[in-house]
Amino acid sequence: MLILECPYCGVKAEETELSPGYEAHLKRFGPGSTPEEFEAYMFARKNPKGVHFERWRHTYGCGKWFLAARCTATLEVFGTYPAQVSEPPADIIAKIQARRPDWRPDWKDTK
Amino acid sequence: MKRYSVFAIAREAARYHLGWERAWASPEPRASYDAIIVGAGGHGLATAYYLGKNHGITNVAVIEKGWLGGGNTGRNTTIIRSNYLQDSSAAIYEKSRSLYETLSQELNYNVMFSPRGVMMLAQTHHEVRGYQRTAHANALQGVATEFITPQRVKELCPILNIDGPRYPVLGALWQPRGGTGRHDAVAWGYARACSAMGMHIIQNCEVKGVRSENGQVTGVETTKGFIGCKKLGLVVAGHSGQLAEMAGFRLPIEAVALQALVSEPIKPCMDVVVMANTVHGYMSQSDKGEMVIGGGTDGFNNYTQRGSFHHIEETLRALVETFPIISRLKMLRQWGGIVDMTGDRSPIISKTPLGNCFINCGWGTGGFKAIPGSGWAMAELMAKGEPGPLAAEFNMWRFKEGQFIDESVAAGVAH
Repeated sequence: MLILECPYCGVKAEETELSPGYEAHLKRFGPGSTPEEFEAYMFARKNPKGVHFERWRHTYGCGKWFLAARCTATLEVFGTYPAQVSEPPADIIAKIQARRPDWRPDWKDTK
Repeated sequence: MKRYSVFAIAREAARYHLGWERAWASPEPRASYDAIIVGAGGHGLATAYYLGKNHGITNVAVIEKGWLGGGNTGRNTTIIRSNYLQDSSAAIYEKSRSLYETLSQELNYNVMFSPRGVMMLAQTHHEVRGYQRTAHANALQGVATEFITPQRVKELCPILNIDGPRYPVLGALWQPRGGTGRHDAVAWGYARACSAMGMHIIQNCEVKGVRSENGQVTGVETTKGFIGCKKLGLVVAGHSGQLAEMAGFRLPIEAVALQALVSEPIKPCMDVVVMANTVHGYMSQSDKGEMVIGGGTDGFNNYTQRGSFHHIEETLRALVETFPIISRLKMLRQWGGIVDMTGDRSPIISKTPLGNCFINCGWGTGGFKAIPGSGWAMAELMAKGEPGPLAAEFNMWRFKEGQFIDESVAAGVAH
């Protein structure tokens, strides 16, 4: 059972209290962008086997969206953080690298 | 390959069964092949089989990181149906279902196809309208389905509670020639036929990279070294995204866990497959007497082949409501598989940005039923370099163009 701590209300929420929102930090494209950009935003996904950043909503709690860093290969949770950021904060990166020394941030190349 | 027959059984019975040969060979890989298929599950092996049978290409290797049929082919609930709304879906799934009808004879291997009938319950007025629409669409597509009354539902499946307190049964979409099959036997049968054509099935050999030159694929790096190929087919279900990354492109796919479970065996009590999509559970009874049960996927990316317990709870709650008879049944085994879900919940059978590299993936939660048709279409694509009529609309560029094959809306749930 997946347990994530909501960064807003501090509740350790188990999965049934949350709604999944899939990949985080997607760059949005609107009118005027190319079909390729729009496809990348709407559909193309990293879907990594390993460290993954994703959106969750504390639906049956405070109702707010937050972000989580999680490993899709082991289901380990590295940490959660508020959604008002365009990339993971330094303390989350540090927590991931403490557990996965070989992992390097790779979101720069997706923007 | 020695044919299996009643005479073979008699012959072997007379000599202590010492004459049976291995169903398929386990050769060491050659330096290169005309075609390599990554993934020895049902879809990969079917692709190899139809490459040989329909297109005469037999210098083929099927590479598998684990054991043959050990992924989703061995983890599904074996339901075979083709009652889809969209024309392109109905075409490929009905091709597949019709190939299942004669697959045992064709492969000389008993895949135990059992056209016992598949029933999809309508438990809301929205579903009634949706399934009536699907039945009309199927009539135009040449797929034999009909919308039946609650009384007929009760006749076909007496253990169903049709007047439940929450969601009474208002009718059902009934496909009499849908049913189940023996999932492992499908993989084994194709593997035996491929091996008999001289193809190499290489197990315990994981692909680590895809090598290319001037935008054309030249081979794959594996745990058994580099293997060259002229054409490459990626047919790996859950790990499609990983393979695509090795080949240098990204897919509209998320990998999530889907679970299934079976009960302790009981005496025969239902001879149809029942799917209840509103409450979200489906059930059939295996030949061993176990109730085979499936439900919805988990909601987050996952590669562990383990799912969340609350989904099992939801599925069983739905089924106890639909089939009160199972309320005291003990569950025997539970397992998970990694399914690759596309943006429109329809599969991808497509050329890729890399030359001579082809991909077959995105079958989501319903790939088993599609194995023969998928292999047929993928083999045509790999042999000719261009998709045939079955595969054309399932190309990976439909997401850019907005030409979705939107079965997620048609089914209302993962399907």
